[in-house]
Amino acid sequence: MKPADKLPRWAEFGLLPAINLCAALLISGAVIRLIGESPWAAFKLMAAGAFGAQDSIGYTLFYATDFVFTGLAVAVAFHAGLFNIGGEGQAYVGGLGVGLVCLAFGSCSPWLVIPLAIASGCAFGAAWAFVPGWLQARRGSHIVITTIMANFIASALMTYLLVNVLIKPGQQSPETREFGPGAAMPPVHELLARIGISFAPSPFNMASLLALVACALVWAFLWRTRWGYALRVVGQNPQAAVYAGISPERTIMVAMTISGGLAGCLAVNELMGSQHRILLDFPGGAGFVGIAVALMGRNHPVGILAASLLFGALYQGGSQLSFDMPHVNRDMVILIQGLVILFCGALENVFRAPLAALLRPRAARPSP
Amino acid sequence: MNSPRIPLLLALAATGACAASAADFSPAIVYDFGGKFDRSFNQSASVGAERFKKETGIAVHEFEIQNASQREQIMRQFARRGASIIVAVGFTQASAVETVAKEYPDVKFAVIDGLVDLPNVESINFREQESSFLCGMAAAMASKTGSVGFVGGMDIPLIRKFALGYRAGVAYVNPKDEVFENMTGTTPAAWTNPSEGSELAKSQFGRGADVVFHAAGATGIGVMQAAADAGLLSIGCDSNQDYLHPGSVLTSAVKRVDVAVYTVFTEARAGTWKAGPRVLGLAEDGVDYSLDEYNRKLVTPEMEKRLNQAKADIIAGKISVPEYKAP
Repeated sequence: MKPADKLPRWAEFGLLPAINLCAALLISGAVIRLIGESPWAAFKLMAAGAFGAQDSIGYTLFYATDFVFTGLAVAVAFHAGLFNIGGEGQAYVGGLGVGLVCLAFGSCSPWLVIPLAIASGCAFGAAWAFVPGWLQARRGSHIVITTIMANFIASALMTYLLVNVLIKPGQQSPETREFGPGAAMPPVHELLARIGISFAPSPFNMASLLALVACALVWAFLWRTRWGYALRVVGQNPQAAVYAGISPERTIMVAMTISGGLAGCLAVNELMGSQHRILLDFPGGAGFVGIAVALMGRNHPVGILAASLLFGALYQGGSQLSFDMPHVNRDMVILIQGLVILFCGALENVFRAPLAALLRPRAARPSP
Repeated sequence: MNSPRIPLLLALAATGACAASAADFSPAIVYDFGGKFDRSFNQSASVGAERFKKETGIAVHEFEIQNASQREQIMRQFARRGASIIVAVGFTQASAVETVAKEYPDVKFAVIDGLVDLPNVESINFREQESSFLCGMAAAMASKTGSVGFVGGMDIPLIRKFALGYRAGVAYVNPKDEVFENMTGTTPAAWTNPSEGSELAKSQFGRGADVVFHAAGATGIGVMQAAADAGLLSIGCDSNQDYLHPGSVLTSAVKRVDVAVYTVFTEARAGTWKAGPRVLGLAEDGVDYSLDEYNRKLVTPEMEKRLNQAKADIIAGKISVPEYKAP
């Protein structure tokens, strides 16, 4: 970004993403028109599908929770100058950590199982991310390559374990048995029912609270602690970090470990909140969506919350759209999601320069 | 503008009885990750749904799954909006069917390739090992090199079932024949990766195989392409894929998911539908090897005779085909 393209904060975080989103929706609308459906009706269905009913809102927030975890994971690594593409694998292995605890202690009290499972999921995800972090720091192996490789190793490992070791005996599908009653993350609709508010059932669960806590902790860590400061210095200028007495190697490993731990929390939401068993490929691409979420949220927890909500709405609204409009199949929905990522993430600078020129005070404009 | 509508109205009026029940009967089908156009397993299910739609004029509600959490959500929605019967295609859907079927005991469910023990669920499974056995026999008889290949999608119990039956069929014809076995991957992309399938087939050809059988969904398209390019033979899976490369596809291990879906819808509509497990094998015409104008020249009369003999023997119980059991 050229300094001349600097935007006022309200434009940077409000107007520019809104313009990008509109551009993405405009092109999606054109494509929907091409296949003979009304774009207006489609977007209305999508919005109603995401926010129109209590259970739709529940699903939107449930998906958004996944993306908060993976988005934060990408952002923490990004602040240290690392591009962690391995959120998917870290979440998958984190699921092993969560699942093993839930399978072993599922019949104990939730007050014991839930913290233990969260800790175990974090630890497994963190351990999985530590390896590429160590390789980057000590051996100079590029983090992008090693995290992608780790994704494949993670899915190979999990497939092996689910097919040969953890599978519930006597069934076809590679899934574990169901977790015990103590290992369920309390769904929000049940908690609301206890205080007399009726809310339609959905997998929206207390892991969302964990996601909010994670946002706050990440913010405090990055901007209010010395370690967070060190991490950001390493990300912006490793030479300066060395000069300041910060070890980039150590910081890289710390950043990746935290990043993996955050990704591992996705399993708390998916497995303890919704599936109640370990199953094949449960992260379902949320690790990769996390990259788009972090890009769009400008690697800031507040931005990530907003972007997660948008992607949660796109997921839930999109599935509703293809449910109600048979001509709009799931590939169409992926296209819409892809366009949003393209415009908000990859092409975000397209409108930046014109907008900056437009908003710059007349006097400050360079004379021709 | 109005003219095309008149015959339609007439047709509706003529089938007044049908139209009345069409209003009450509302079938739904949920496809798995592969999607309804995978030319294989899911597509076979969609062929059955299309046939029902065409013959009865009743709309079939469809959905293709994108992520794991959607399964329950979509089935619940179909149930809530008054679906009469919901067919879930694929083994991964069993647990979602179990959850939702408990919540909606008045709605009928059917799961294909899964087992759910509830009073409102029909579980349809196929004896894939039997058709794989016949395909293994065909491969061994057609092979000149004495080695044949198998390309699976993912290393999961269902695919091991195919592989085990295939191996047994090869060994039945020629115990000395070698079988190369490869799985494509460990992510869902393993089912939709034709280029990887083609690479695996080529590597098996390089090791001397001259017939390759795939059980890999859309990945198999690449397997069959590689065989056609190399002038060798391939064996299709689930749908009848003989037409894809006439003269190169030896036969297909057909799994009549279409018949299963069609039967479920028809029975549910007629009121003769029953919950419980249903296993379809050679005897029930649920699985078979394919023989049509596209592979007529590849399957010699001797081969056909031997295959049909084995088929009769399997049905009669004279040949017992090993079945993979999950640990």
